Amino acid sequence: MSTLSPSVPALRSEFGPSVERHLVSSGQTIVYVSRDRSHDVLAWLRDTPGQEFNYLTDVTAVEYRDPERPLEVVYQLRSLGRKANLRVKVALDKRGPLEVRSVYDLWRGADWLEREVYDMFGITFVGHPDLRRILMWETYAEGYPLRKDFPLRGHFSRAEQTRQALAANPEAHYSLEELSIADAYGELPKEMQERLAKGERGFLK
Amino acid sequence: MGLSNPAAGHDDTTTVSAISPNWVTTRLDFLTNWARSNSLWPMPFGTACCAIEFMATAASRFDLARFGMERMSFSPRQADVLICAGRLPFKLAPVIRRIWDQMPQPKWSISMGACASSGGIFDNYSMVQGIDTIIPVDVYVPGCPPRPEGLMYGILLLQKKIKGETFTDDSLRVEKLVGPSGLFLPAERVDELSEPFGNSISQTRSS
Repeated sequence: MSTLSPSVPALRSEFGPSVERHLVSSGQTIVYVSRDRSHDVLAWLRDTPGQEFNYLTDVTAVEYRDPERPLEVVYQLRSLGRKANLRVKVALDKRGPLEVRSVYDLWRGADWLEREVYDMFGITFVGHPDLRRILMWETYAEGYPLRKDFPLRGHFSRAEQTRQALAANPEAHYSLEELSIADAYGELPKEMQERLAKGERGFLK
Repeated sequence: MGLSNPAAGHDDTTTVSAISPNWVTTRLDFLTNWARSNSLWPMPFGTACCAIEFMATAASRFDLARFGMERMSFSPRQADVLICAGRLPFKLAPVIRRIWDQMPQPKWSISMGACASSGGIFDNYSMVQGIDTIIPVDVYVPGCPPRPEGLMYGILLLQKKIKGETFTDDSLRVEKLVGPSGLFLPAERVDELSEPFGNSISQTRSS
């Protein structure tokens, strides 16, 4: 089970010191690559014959309890044709900017996965076309919930959280076109026009 | 008139109020409460596993139709009782509030399960700590999730509550709207209702 993926020696000969280290855990090969070359490495893994990691199973991130340890962005790759897995990790030092190149151009499925990592950890994916919060509302001001310095119950009091939640305008999360009533806007009741016209995306007012 | 006693042989239409000034009121209360409590149309607001138990309650084995509730009202305009079956995240708080405001009087609500009643195990940043901070609640049903018997007991309690109402008490039908503070309860009350309890007060995490 604990066999090293043949992709690792190939990566080492191709990218040299940009492949920082590797290990095998529970039968999974994990490769740490440098932040600067992560996009090149992932593009190479997708396109090179013999690698063909054409399916991005997941993008996620890990923060460890030890505050000295860096955050890790995790790419779980799968080659559907070769039936092979590879886990690629990029370590991000907390003192530096939490930025990594987006892989949206390689795998379109990275769109929402990267938005979720951004939402929960505050990691910026450079080159992502639409990097907004996806689970929390867009004006959520309390921080990044899965970070270790985030209190379990959030930063605000319950009353303030409830107030912001009740101040939300659920219709405003959708454009008039998405609601398919753009043509009928003039005929809508006045209070509904006002609600829709506010158009804030989120809870803060 | 119709209420007079013809056997008495003379006009005694005023006798009714002379005998008991509250007689008409009480009987009309009984009639409306009997009708209301036995034809409750629920607005199911199912967000989690409690909704599975709610569906089981409505299905043939437990048969909610025995209590006049078989007609699920998926439009709040025709609903009498809002049943919140499951946890309520902050993102859904304005939705359940809008639904509650859209329901016409008379209306009641049941908070089904631990999460809807108190936040349950989800004492975290994203979850409403009890829907009573968002809408008024008439009956809380404990359980995680409650068995159908539990929900039916809650429904019977609600019917009992309705049978004790009187239309001379205007305060029962007053809409409790979200005020200028942005909350429908005072902020201190929301904080108090949302305080940690049980196992979550001894957790070691920050805040």
